[in-house]
Amino acid sequence: MLITVININFKKERLFMSKLLDKFMLALLVFSMLLPAVAFADELVIYSARKEHLIQPLIDAYSAETGTEISFITDKAGPLLQRLKAEGKNTHADLLITVDAGNLWHAASEGMLQPVSSAILERNIPIHLRDPAGHWFGLSERARTIVYSTERVKPAELSSYEALGDKSWRHRLLLRTSKKVYNQSLIAMLIAEHGQAQTEQVVRSWVGNLATSPFSNDTKLMEAILAGQGDVGIVNTYYFGRLQKKNPELKLALFWPNQQTGGVHINVSGAGVTRHAKNRSGAIRFLEWLSSEKAQNLFADANMEYPVNPQVKAHPAVAAWGSFKPSTQNLADAGRLQSDAIMLMDRAGYR
Amino acid sequence: MPIPRSHNAGALMRGSGRRFRWPSGWQWLVMLVALLVLMPLSVLFIAWLEPAWDIWRHLQQTVLSRLLFNTFKLVVGVSLGALLLGVGLAWLTGACDFPGRRHFSWTLLLPLAMPTYVLAFVFLGLFDFSGPVQTQLRIWFGPGIRLPEMRSAGGVILVMSLALYPYIYLLARNAFRTQGKRALEAAQSLGCSPVVGFFRVVLPMARPWIAGGTALVLMEALADFGAVSIFNYDTFTTAIYKAWFGFFSLPAAAQLSSLLVVLVFGLILIEQQLRKRMRFAQSRLAPQAERIQLYGWHKWAATAACSLVLGVAFLLPTLQLLRWTLGIFHQEFTRRYLDLLGHSLLLGLSAALLIVTLALLVAYCGRRHQDRLTGSLIRISTLGYALPGTVLAVGIFIPLAGLDNLLIDLARSLFGIEMKPLLQGTLFVMLLAYLIRFMAAGFKSIDSAMHRVTTNIDEASRLMGLRGLRLLWRIHLPMLRGGIFTALTLVFVDVMKEMPITLMTRPFGWDTLAVKIYELTSEGEWERAAMPSLTLLLSGLLPIVLLMRGTDD
Repeated sequence: MLITVININFKKERLFMSKLLDKFMLALLVFSMLLPAVAFADELVIYSARKEHLIQPLIDAYSAETGTEISFITDKAGPLLQRLKAEGKNTHADLLITVDAGNLWHAASEGMLQPVSSAILERNIPIHLRDPAGHWFGLSERARTIVYSTERVKPAELSSYEALGDKSWRHRLLLRTSKKVYNQSLIAMLIAEHGQAQTEQVVRSWVGNLATSPFSNDTKLMEAILAGQGDVGIVNTYYFGRLQKKNPELKLALFWPNQQTGGVHINVSGAGVTRHAKNRSGAIRFLEWLSSEKAQNLFADANMEYPVNPQVKAHPAVAAWGSFKPSTQNLADAGRLQSDAIMLMDRAGYR
Repeated sequence: MPIPRSHNAGALMRGSGRRFRWPSGWQWLVMLVALLVLMPLSVLFIAWLEPAWDIWRHLQQTVLSRLLFNTFKLVVGVSLGALLLGVGLAWLTGACDFPGRRHFSWTLLLPLAMPTYVLAFVFLGLFDFSGPVQTQLRIWFGPGIRLPEMRSAGGVILVMSLALYPYIYLLARNAFRTQGKRALEAAQSLGCSPVVGFFRVVLPMARPWIAGGTALVLMEALADFGAVSIFNYDTFTTAIYKAWFGFFSLPAAAQLSSLLVVLVFGLILIEQQLRKRMRFAQSRLAPQAERIQLYGWHKWAATAACSLVLGVAFLLPTLQLLRWTLGIFHQEFTRRYLDLLGHSLLLGLSAALLIVTLALLVAYCGRRHQDRLTGSLIRISTLGYALPGTVLAVGIFIPLAGLDNLLIDLARSLFGIEMKPLLQGTLFVMLLAYLIRFMAAGFKSIDSAMHRVTTNIDEASRLMGLRGLRLLWRIHLPMLRGGIFTALTLVFVDVMKEMPITLMTRPFGWDTLAVKIYELTSEGEWERAAMPSLTLLLSGLLPIVLLMRGTDD
């Protein structure tokens, strides 16, 4: 009986073998493409934590204007930074673009960025939105501010971030997770302003007021306010902008807190020239162009953010949210105090 | 039927005496694969040279106990949920007959193509407080009505069980398909009731398959970051990411991950220990067995159960993705999508071929050499599956970049040549990384299929002069076809869904659908992420349908 089994399988096997052969040919074809990519000396290579759909238009515009060949790769800030580190002086990357000042600060403090001094950049970008030593430069600005339901909250009830811990907001407050760097930066800046002990009290009072467990993103948080799960929350302005764009009748509004005190917490997306950039001057030229009047709208408007260049006006839809007094503490604090902020939030039970 | 190994310890055992023997070519190969996997693992363990005590102390004082408890709940819950769904459905479609069985037998596998993170964001979108379902309920029954909180342990367990049960279903169904009714009849003839017979005979006989599938599910659940972060459910994995992205301490992240490795290795050892004294052999190879006919309400209950799972795990999320996609298709679709799709397909296909070939060789080696060394090497070579992807990615990237830098320095000092990095940013590295990660997915299905090739067949073939590669090629390969197709499908789909390794090791311009999904979801743009998700889903379906066609009646 066994012998018949084996005989049958011999016939089947021919067919199977020829199929396998085809597959091996394909595999060969694939392996022949494994040659390393050849890089051009005059090209610019970017590692970006800002997503493709937000930076592609800028790259297209710059390439069209100057003929520079730009290639880029996107990933999260952490892996990009690690990649830079591992590649060391042999890295391809000339420029690191990332979001959040905390990430930029860490890139600089781990020696992955080099100082740049450029009169153009210094003129175009206010001092509190860039590294004092020139390792990184903010390119667009976003505020992390209070959002409220226009049906259930009067703006007069609101005043500051800290006051969201008041008894009146019990079971009405919604927050995003403390694992998001935007919240870590917000708390870091509060620590810089008030110190650890007072900030921890504020965070504890927030946690006590939560209507439900923290959300994984700002959009879900705002949808929950719309659905009536809570009445106020803290979000980045552009998430509000996107929701508003989809639904102009949105029953939500932004409130600018801390106008009598430190100002609204702001953050940036920005960039720095890598320490071992092969095309340093090209990277600086691109940075300067990004901060210029013609590029700033392209950069900021794509994501409904504020331009950092004071000469440039924000998109009308963004400007319509009203003007406010921003915090002018240097954003480097967000990076310096990030670990403290995370530990504080863990202690306070803010998930 | 499990029988003690000693009965069968004929030709197979002869090769592994107690004296030291120079490893055979097979063992060298397994050693090579194990070394590849050990490379990123050693990066994790080397991190212990600089213990990040401050972070450990902080975690231990604040969140660690909750994290561990959460992880425990998740792993146990998902394993049980996926086992219940996977084994139950596999028994129904593999061994029984009821209305619609033919269709269900392959459609129930479709959720395999659904990435866990996609299912997670669709479910949250539908069933959270602000989602359409609860909103409608509030309109009908007043504002007081609430479903159980979706963003909770129960919610994550539900979503992950639905996304992962196909791993168990796929392997268990293979087992039931060939031994179902006969085994049950044998048990009944010995006086067992059908229920007792199922639990005492059928299930234990299918154990290697079920255990293989469960191990995959368990590792997926442990390593998952996408779904748990969408639900903001803190697990051990989220702590790893917090250590890295929050505290910017890769050493702390690596140290946390190394514990995960130890844990998984322990689980694998326990499983193997339990299986050790068993040898699974079929009395006769029968491609088909007769089915158990279900009657009366039983058959309709079976149909209903299958419909329910299929509806919730596949149809509902697919329709939602379709609805979102239709809303944005006109502004989102560009030619670039075809590139993304092409990259995903090509990577999935070439990785599947590479990994399955190696898995086959490794599994064969495990069959030939049953000594302890080979056993441990094989166990090591499947460990990559249990690591959080990003951690594994960085563990692969660091040594490779180091090697590149070394080569460049050598070229400069020895020959005065300025060299470009040779390895980084090549598809070769990417495939290597996939190999390290997905070896388990290929190995488990081939290995469990190999358990079914009786030792008698090996012995008979040897008598006819077939040995080594020729034995593998001419006898095992044709008999393992089902297992090989299963492995190809699993790896293909897994690679297509894979995110962190693709992000970190892809060459310039090699964006895939998964990369696009990452970019959009990390900006909270769920609806725009629907189109690449749907494309990913559809292209994953194709091999699954082919697989089922190839192995079904």
